[in-house]
Amino acid sequence: MSVANDTTTPLLRVEGLTKHFVARRSLLGQPTATVKAVDGVSFDLRAGETLALVGESGCGKSTVGRLVLRLIEPTEGAVYFEGRDIFGDNEAEVRARRRNAQLIFQDPYASLNPRMTVGQILEEPLALHRVVPPGRRKERVGALLATVGLDPAHARRYPHEFSGGQRQRIGIARALAVEPKLIICDEPVSALDVSIRAQVLNLLRDLQRRLGLSYIFISHDLAVVKHIADRIAVMYLGRIVETADADALFTAPRHPYTRALLSAIPVPSPGAHRERQILQGDVPSPIAPPPGCHLHTRCPHVIDRCRRDRPDLVRDPTGHATACHRWQELPDAGQLVPREAVTGQTLEKLQAAFVTAAD
Amino acid sequence: MASITATDTVAAADALHVESPARRAWRRLRRRKGAMVGLTIIVVFIVLALLAPWITPHDPLKQSWSLVRKAPSAIHWFGTDEVGRDLFSRVIYGARASLSAGTISVGIALCIGVPLGIIAGYIGGWVDALISRITDAMLATPFLILAIALAAFLGPSLGNAMIAIGITATPIFIRLTRGQVMTVKVEDYIEAARAVGNPKWRIALFHILPNILPPLLVQATLALATAIIAEAALSFLGLGQQPPAPSWGSMLNSAQRFLTNAPWLAIWPGVAIFLAVLSFNLLGDGLRDALDPKER
Repeated sequence: MSVANDTTTPLLRVEGLTKHFVARRSLLGQPTATVKAVDGVSFDLRAGETLALVGESGCGKSTVGRLVLRLIEPTEGAVYFEGRDIFGDNEAEVRARRRNAQLIFQDPYASLNPRMTVGQILEEPLALHRVVPPGRRKERVGALLATVGLDPAHARRYPHEFSGGQRQRIGIARALAVEPKLIICDEPVSALDVSIRAQVLNLLRDLQRRLGLSYIFISHDLAVVKHIADRIAVMYLGRIVETADADALFTAPRHPYTRALLSAIPVPSPGAHRERQILQGDVPSPIAPPPGCHLHTRCPHVIDRCRRDRPDLVRDPTGHATACHRWQELPDAGQLVPREAVTGQTLEKLQAAFVTAAD
Repeated sequence: MASITATDTVAAADALHVESPARRAWRRLRRRKGAMVGLTIIVVFIVLALLAPWITPHDPLKQSWSLVRKAPSAIHWFGTDEVGRDLFSRVIYGARASLSAGTISVGIALCIGVPLGIIAGYIGGWVDALISRITDAMLATPFLILAIALAAFLGPSLGNAMIAIGITATPIFIRLTRGQVMTVKVEDYIEAARAVGNPKWRIALFHILPNILPPLLVQATLALATAIIAEAALSFLGLGQQPPAPSWGSMLNSAQRFLTNAPWLAIWPGVAIFLAVLSFNLLGDGLRDALDPKER
């Protein structure tokens, strides 16, 4: 994010967002252990931009998504949507403001009510927010289905009559129904077959171009994120450890954790030589995260200071921010990811075959 | 030829999708033989109960000392009871008391139990703790003992017996509903309903309730059977249907003294209870399947 843009109000500003879940309670109900699922996360999102939140499972990325939508309440911190603090709203205001931001779920099999037809699922948000007059709802449902590439006649069917990819399209149509400005995509393609992923990602990118949407794209898979994100924030144990423009992050990753994630992306050329950075051990328990830098138990570049002091997320003039004491001293990242593309020619041919078959 | 058939099938499938959910459920219910048999028997019973004054050959209350415990015959199709009343007429009149005791008490139990169960399961916290502890206390008391205590407290009449049975059957519905709500409310589609801006009551009514209906329906048909039998027990104790008015349960209970020398006294009301309970169970199973969108 350039300095010039900081003067305009971003669509979304997240400041010091923290969420602690109670993990254990005493006999009398006093919390004795908490999970710091989100621990002081801050970021900005401009209109029309896609920010990817990336990290291993359990790093708090989905919790950030739920907090931004106020589906759960934060322990601390603030979220400003178009300059207005969403945690200051009362319940009715929160419901009215659901028009602004919507959610797409990971599991297309669990996120659609099995007892409602697709038409009912899509009509509900239209009715709740009076998006169109009652007489025109059916017509709008048809238009929404067409927008996501489904047959308007499918409105009378039930979710179980569709495939995973089609269901995810229905989920996207539901999110679009209220004409939101922001959509939080919570691992929207990780439950889908690889052959369907590209289609859904392309649909999301198309919709963004046509409707001027902003996305927060939550994923554990950097390879997927590369194709859709403008900016990437890498999370580890509840904290953002690195944010940068997508290109910068892929070409010059600074944080040891980002480097390890990048080097874990599979490459479709078995002969290719590249450096691997493999982290030792498991993610520490979020109930008792290590002091100082959370990564110090697994980091190959650890020094004493890392065990003591928590590194701040320091932003350089290009907008690339890193939370590491030693990032300037670390060796060049080198060839963690082959520069040209993550996908290969063969894979593209394969995907093209699937796309044609689906039509 | 093959292509024409295929197109026709598609057209037919599309035509089926145009129907309303109620019609769809009815169409599917009609295909289930068991459910239709159950429904037919229930309808026959209801019609008989409603038309009882016009179709019974004898007065169900008229006693005759010359007709005590007569076996079934051309005049008295089901025989006569220990004070010479016509059993056929009494079984038909008894349908009024027994069917209404079953349906009304289960209706009471559903009307109290399901909302309380939804509140306990959906809101949770101290509200759930309060409702659940009261439920536990009621479930710890044997069903019949509680029903007898309540009926005695309310005073002897068929109406009070229904209320007593209804309240006694409530905790099972609270417990069942609460458990179902707790499994459904963590589903993604409930979070999705919240995310599109549904208020809490709409989520409970339109998103949770339809998804917990099938087990409730089955439990309701089972409770109907229990309620009909409980009414019999209460009548036997003088807390339900007041003599000489008949109900299947009270007839069955008074028949037990004559089981060896006049078995027909017990057989006819027993068959009636059996058929009614079986029919409600068959219909309940059929409805559960017909309401499930995943069933074909």
